[in-house]
Amino acid sequence: MTTTTTELTGSTDAPDDEPAPRRRRRGGGGGLGSYLLVRFLLIFPTIFILVTTVFVLMRLTGDPITAALGGRLPAAELQERVREAGYDRPILVQYWEYLTALVQGDFGTTQSDNRPVTEVLTTFGAATLELACYALIVAFLVGIPLGRLAAYLRDRWPDAALRVFAILCYATPVFFAGLVFKLVFAVQLGWLPVAGRATTGSEIQLQTLDSSTGIYLIDAFSTGDGEVVSDVLQHAVLPALTLGLLTAGVFLRLVRTNVIGTLGMGYVEAARSRGVSERRLLRKHAYRPALIPIVTVIGLQIALLLGGAVLTETTFEWKGLGFQLVQYLEARDFVAVQGIVVLAAVIVAVINFVVDVIAALIDPRVRY
Amino acid sequence: MATAVNAPEASSGSQPAGRRRRGWRDLPVLRQVQQSVGLQRGMLVAGLVLTGFFVLTAIFAPLLAPYEYDQLRDATGPFGAQQEPSADHLLGTTVGGYDVLSRVIWGSRTALFVIVAAVIFSLLLGVLLGLLSGYFGGWLDRVLVVVADAIYAFPALLLAIVIGIVVNGGQSSLFGGILAAALSITVIFVPQYLRVVRAEVVRIKSEAFVESARVIGAGHWRIMSRHVFRNSTRTLPLILTLNASEAILTLAGLGFLGFGIEPTAAAEWGYDLKQSLSDVTSGIWWTSIFPGLAIVLVVMGLTLVGESLNDLADPRLRSRRRGSAAPSDVAETSVAVGPYTAPVESPGGTDGLERPTDPQEGQR
Amino acid sequence: MSGPTRDVVGIEDLTVSFATDAGDVAAVQGVTLSVAAGEVLAIVGESGSGKTVTARSILGLLPETATTRGAVLLTSKDGASTADVVTLGRADLGEVRGRDAAMVFQEPSTALNPVYPVGWQIAEGLRAHGKFSKKEAREKAIDVMRRVGIPDPEHRVDSYPHQFSGGQKQRIVIAQALVLDPGVIIADEPTTALDVTVQAEILDLLRRCRDEFGTAIVLITHNMGVVADLADRVAVMYQGRIVEQADVRTLFSAPQDPYTRQLLSSVPRLGEGRARTQDRADSRTRAWESATPVVEARDLRIVYPGRLRKPDFVAVDGVSFAIRPGEVLGLVGESGSGKTTIGRAIAGLTKVTGGSLQVLGTEMNGVREKRFRPVRERIGFVFQDPASSFNPLLSIADAVAEPLVVHGRAEDPQDARGRVDELLEAVQLPKAFGDRFPHELSGGQRQRASLARALALDPELLIADEPTSALDVSVQKRVLELFDELQRELGFACLFISHDLAVVDLLADRIAVLYQGELVEEGTGAEVLGNPRHPYTQRLLASLPVPDPDEQARRRSVWEQLQGT
Repeated sequence: MTTTTTELTGSTDAPDDEPAPRRRRRGGGGGLGSYLLVRFLLIFPTIFILVTTVFVLMRLTGDPITAALGGRLPAAELQERVREAGYDRPILVQYWEYLTALVQGDFGTTQSDNRPVTEVLTTFGAATLELACYALIVAFLVGIPLGRLAAYLRDRWPDAALRVFAILCYATPVFFAGLVFKLVFAVQLGWLPVAGRATTGSEIQLQTLDSSTGIYLIDAFSTGDGEVVSDVLQHAVLPALTLGLLTAGVFLRLVRTNVIGTLGMGYVEAARSRGVSERRLLRKHAYRPALIPIVTVIGLQIALLLGGAVLTETTFEWKGLGFQLVQYLEARDFVAVQGIVVLAAVIVAVINFVVDVIAALIDPRVRY
Repeated sequence: MATAVNAPEASSGSQPAGRRRRGWRDLPVLRQVQQSVGLQRGMLVAGLVLTGFFVLTAIFAPLLAPYEYDQLRDATGPFGAQQEPSADHLLGTTVGGYDVLSRVIWGSRTALFVIVAAVIFSLLLGVLLGLLSGYFGGWLDRVLVVVADAIYAFPALLLAIVIGIVVNGGQSSLFGGILAAALSITVIFVPQYLRVVRAEVVRIKSEAFVESARVIGAGHWRIMSRHVFRNSTRTLPLILTLNASEAILTLAGLGFLGFGIEPTAAAEWGYDLKQSLSDVTSGIWWTSIFPGLAIVLVVMGLTLVGESLNDLADPRLRSRRRGSAAPSDVAETSVAVGPYTAPVESPGGTDGLERPTDPQEGQR
Repeated sequence: MSGPTRDVVGIEDLTVSFATDAGDVAAVQGVTLSVAAGEVLAIVGESGSGKTVTARSILGLLPETATTRGAVLLTSKDGASTADVVTLGRADLGEVRGRDAAMVFQEPSTALNPVYPVGWQIAEGLRAHGKFSKKEAREKAIDVMRRVGIPDPEHRVDSYPHQFSGGQKQRIVIAQALVLDPGVIIADEPTTALDVTVQAEILDLLRRCRDEFGTAIVLITHNMGVVADLADRVAVMYQGRIVEQADVRTLFSAPQDPYTRQLLSSVPRLGEGRARTQDRADSRTRAWESATPVVEARDLRIVYPGRLRKPDFVAVDGVSFAIRPGEVLGLVGESGSGKTTIGRAIAGLTKVTGGSLQVLGTEMNGVREKRFRPVRERIGFVFQDPASSFNPLLSIADAVAEPLVVHGRAEDPQDARGRVDELLEAVQLPKAFGDRFPHELSGGQRQRASLARALALDPELLIADEPTSALDVSVQKRVLELFDELQRELGFACLFISHDLAVVDLLADRIAVLYQGELVEEGTGAEVLGNPRHPYTQRLLASLPVPDPDEQARRRSVWEQLQGT
């Protein structure tokens, strides 16, 4: 993907680190440090753009109070409430106020249940985090080995089967996959619970815990009660599979494509010409270089994962941010919606930064 | 240096002089079907069949569907809610008392409308912006790329929700619903088109034929329209199919979250799935399985087409015929065109569609 | 050289065909060859001759689309075992590869894995063929790196490929082959991607491989100079068959096959163009000396700004030269010398950052596109890469008409067709070619069409940036002849940019030598090549292998002396 335009007259007999005319380089030169710095600084415009976009879009429709209560209150009372909340002032003033509050960590207050949005985020964020972690584990365990296998058996029937499996994984809407899983494993076979994060009994036990992290698995271990642990795990299986398989399909395709790409590179051919076995070619020579683009793209899948989490949580009544978001949507509480969306923006920007750092660190061309 | 070039004087020069006729075989997609072999061809054809089936269903929905999408009763009385599949209702009825089969068939229409609207909007805007951004570079390019990257990395569904709020306001007529969905999808896809077209434009801009036009003294407009534009749309059919499938998933996702289209306005698969959520617990399967399957099949069809096109466009991914035992006479075409001689510049990159694989890409 | 006793490679009646979209294509037909231990066999041919396929079949390194018939017998260095590569299974192939025969590739930068240290990559071959402890493998890697001339191997063993120069990378690729001590090294265009001065060093290294390790070498190349420098025996391939096999001296002094003769006569030789240059110089009047130059550079400086706090890159530094009307200036230099940058600056494709550059009376330092546009009419440009210099969607006639339409000499391409046909005729292309699309033309034909486009407006100045470096020698010869004819006929001034001294010498009135952005020497061909003063020019000249084994042996000793000092 690097569009290097070198002079075609032959190679420069200087280390590649030295700049050549009309040559765009990956990293290098200015060193890892300045690359990371620039990449870090880029987080802020990214967040700023998203926050602004969301703010502008939400306000295009009018103020949140009219949006929530319009038609249900007499016009005069509505106007009174709008003025009280300060939504009648110039939009730029409101925008500035919103931004300054945001910088201080104030995401606003929900209208439907009058809680600070930050409190909502911390209460329900843990559940979403837990689900996302499970899903990522499933995605890695399924997607990466199968992707390598597909690349290795390229164009033979197992490869075709794996590709169709991958396409099926991301062609199936998460909520439909969830419904089918529920129907089969929970309703018909009765192996696993239908919904929720734990049974009511376990939940009470978990909530009375002194140092509750909100991540049920950790909390369950803290109770020391094996039954609670198994209960929590049983509840996690279907949501984790649902969300994990979606991402696994993407990973599978990604790994397959990139490994096939590097398997065709000159250096793999060169290693083959010295008698390195096909297995080792795949495991060492082709896989490592393929990993760099894989890591970068995996980072961007966090967006897919978050979007999928909203749907998965709704399907399984998994009381996380996504589930809560839908509740607020139904209550037309747009302040809360905005808060959750902005939080997602921050998370995405930060995770993409971390992933780019990892990608840079595993690429010796950037490291040195 | 001489061997680096794939077309030696002796080869194509002595090929028959007649120009190849440009016939129907050269149409996009059909040409790829011809090129493909084995499993790859199977996947492409399967995708085309599914997609064709979907489009035909959408077009002929009024003829195919036994009832209207919002029909609750016929001459013999109300359908009744959650009826099991029977002779009257082949796929049963929903919790709201609609005929499932009719809703599934009519739903293909809504899906097609949304795809077409979303693809047209985002194609026009994305290609234009990509062309400008890639061709002129400078601050406009930088700003557009940062904005596109920001939106690109953001969960599409959340963005669609926000836009759904804006467009939909509260009403959800057929037109309003479709427009809301289409606009949400447009906003998500414009950055993707922008990226792909921009990357192509940047690549083409450095090709000798564009430089040659600059040396000749051609103006920007002429270079853009005559030399850059048509050469940069090579990959569009491919992202078009992939995005069409994403459009359906986003529409269904919106419907599932309650931002879809009211059942009285049009049939929409995501909405029907949302309604069936509670049925599942009581073991009623027909209300969810059929609309769900419809989504899966359509998305699979489109994805199969898109991925196959992608593979065929990428020399590294394309599978080729295996050698047969009997070689014909020595042909004059250069064997240097063989698959192993073309060096691929970097190990990076899945393809033009994927997100950036160059860690610095985002900063330019 | 001691008489070869045993064959390490024996190819018998080898036929290779490839499955393509257009059906099966035979790349190699009935090739029979043998390589004796310690011998250097060169396989020579132009692109598409099947030389690379033949060489790769020795290691069984052909893609899955290939079908191979015949026998390729590979004998181990000690003569203990012989195997037919064509019939070997995967595991047995792995045994033989590297141990009995190893390969050196054309592009050292793609033959090395960017994410592993070079030492690990060298040791990887060892691990494939035996048990080595980490320490042993590392020591062997350091040892072989020292032997191929990598300075400070104890530390460099942990470096990554991108930290080495192109020449050093090729040394490492050779080290990867040598560490396995194979009976034969197959070197596929090992110096084609390298500059000529680096090429000389790599050829020297390969010669030492043969002398010190007793390794036979199969050298695949299109460069007759390289053949003359290194080979003991030569096989000439044409269209998948071997047309001639002979001892190197016999081949150069008494070529038998007509194709070999044609090939040898196509190679540009130093000094060939001198008589012509003299003619032209004689015919010029005194007034010409004082005519206003078409291009005049004074202390020209071109800097590419560095990104991300990287230092700026100075591509051209304080260069002064002039091109008078009707004169051909040859600009020679290796990659990174700034020669292409100068050409681009004259054409207004790259900004001038310092000094002065006058092009047809316009100062290019700080010029605006709007003011320069009328001048463009008077400049033609021929690009290096025939593959990308034409818009794939326009027919040749449309592309050649483009300058006429842009500058208002014609309404539209149809209107210009008469002039286009004339131009095509001038570059010796059939008129009917105007209706073809670029991909339907060969490289040489495209370069002709490119010349037609450049000459469409009858320019006063033509810039040719490596116009023939992507072409086979026989094609190159014809294009250069055409170029020379047209230049004499039309009398345009020309900047001819090339990395090949012999090519420049053929055409140019004067030659300017660039080295790392600076102009080190300028003069007529006789002055610069006959009596080079600058050490770089001397080295450049000595590095250029000539297609004559005896002459090349003499030149090599000169080169060794220069290296010594």
